[in-house]
Amino acid sequence: MLNDTSNIELSRDEMERFSRHLILPEVGLEGQKKLKAASVLCIGSGGLGSPLLLYLAAAGIGRLGLVDFDVVDSSNLQRQIIHGTSWVGKPKIQSAKDRILEINPYCQVDLYETRLEASNALDIFADYDIVVDGTDNFPTRYLVNDACVLTGKPNVYGSIFRFEGQATVFNYEGGPNYRDLYPEPPPPGLVPSCAEGGVLGILPGLIGVIQATETVKIILGEGTTLSGRLLLYDSLNMKFRELKLRKNPATPPITELIDYEQFCGIPQAAAAEAEGSDEIPELDVSDLKERMDGGKDFVLIDVRNPHEYDICNIEGAELIPLSDIENGDGVDRVRELTNGSELIVHCKSGMRSMKALKALQTAGIKGKNLKGGILAWGDAYDPTIPRY
Amino acid sequence: MAVKVLIPTPLRAYTGNQDSVDLDGNTVGEILDNLTNTYSDLKRHLYNENGELRNFVNVYLGDEDIRHLEQGKSTPVTGDETISIVPSIAGGC
Repeated sequence: MLNDTSNIELSRDEMERFSRHLILPEVGLEGQKKLKAASVLCIGSGGLGSPLLLYLAAAGIGRLGLVDFDVVDSSNLQRQIIHGTSWVGKPKIQSAKDRILEINPYCQVDLYETRLEASNALDIFADYDIVVDGTDNFPTRYLVNDACVLTGKPNVYGSIFRFEGQATVFNYEGGPNYRDLYPEPPPPGLVPSCAEGGVLGILPGLIGVIQATETVKIILGEGTTLSGRLLLYDSLNMKFRELKLRKNPATPPITELIDYEQFCGIPQAAAAEAEGSDEIPELDVSDLKERMDGGKDFVLIDVRNPHEYDICNIEGAELIPLSDIENGDGVDRVRELTNGSELIVHCKSGMRSMKALKALQTAGIKGKNLKGGILAWGDAYDPTIPRY
Repeated sequence: MAVKVLIPTPLRAYTGNQDSVDLDGNTVGEILDNLTNTYSDLKRHLYNENGELRNFVNVYLGDEDIRHLEQGKSTPVTGDETISIVPSIAGGC
């Protein structure tokens, strides 16, 4: 990085704080001044953002920018280690700032409590040396990439899925960017999110720390960055692999920001999802309760996965996962169980049971969808059911 | 010539949960054909309607993206290499 450090001074307290850097020849006083002169923008303060912000703050980065609009949820605490229990329900960026300043009061923390959009990305990015991508969805990842290309900022990339992670540095010194690696995103729903598929809590820790390492190296101008290399990490087998990442001449140049929701097929998928949904009748949890209390003849089918059934279930519900219904194996079982009775289908919140009922409908089986799924049932009638 | 093909987590549902499979073939293309013939559900996840590799899935011979290989899918294999399928993931929360 070409930040001017001639006006940067370190106080005696800072010298002591960063002494293990100062005695390291690759950092030294000049390197520590570079870190202090540097500004890093972190998109997202969740699984990846937490560890990388903690380390960037501790390392002595002069100014950190945080973009996030979310509030801390108790289900975040299993991996988003910058946030604590007392911050549940409060904005993540406030929580993160509090913790960053506790670690390093010399750090300036700028907060952007907003969703990153095509309309604000270029303005926000313009004010920083490096952007670190800690987001959790395809539209924002392509937006971060394109805005980095347009503003000429290195994009320190990391992403995770269940037990696996990827990391690299995009758009650095003429190197490849995200679109060279993957020109297009997968269709919505193909790759489940952390909320849908789960994630090993420690995984983002490791990938986030790799991102922090690359950020510090870029600022110091030391070592060899991951630019041009895609690092793959498999936590279950504890294996690291490295793949070559090249510029793709077939990738069209990025000239402006676009509609990223559209690009990622989100509205199209929502429309397809809605198609035919109005033909599936719904049932409120109160109607189900009424049927149960009245001893009515009905069959309740739970289409979640077996390990979700283990977390919580509605008494009397038969487990037949959506995947079994979609591949046909479960259809006959539904038919056998139903055998003339009223069929009610539920999942966690109502989406998967809708899909199951659409699949069953094509097989000639009609049923009703429990509105709001087991979560709505728990809220109304069973306080032992966790909002997992 | 048997070559090891590494299957990423999101696609293991289509290979009976195996994280790698050994497949015969003389070229990258033959091995991939063998893969999608053996596990037919994989085909629509790897290829589009025109039979082209999807834009969010990369296949590597060793550490090189097969799109960047001079002979592409016709590149011969010796049996010592590993073929990796690496799909796009976006998690970060």
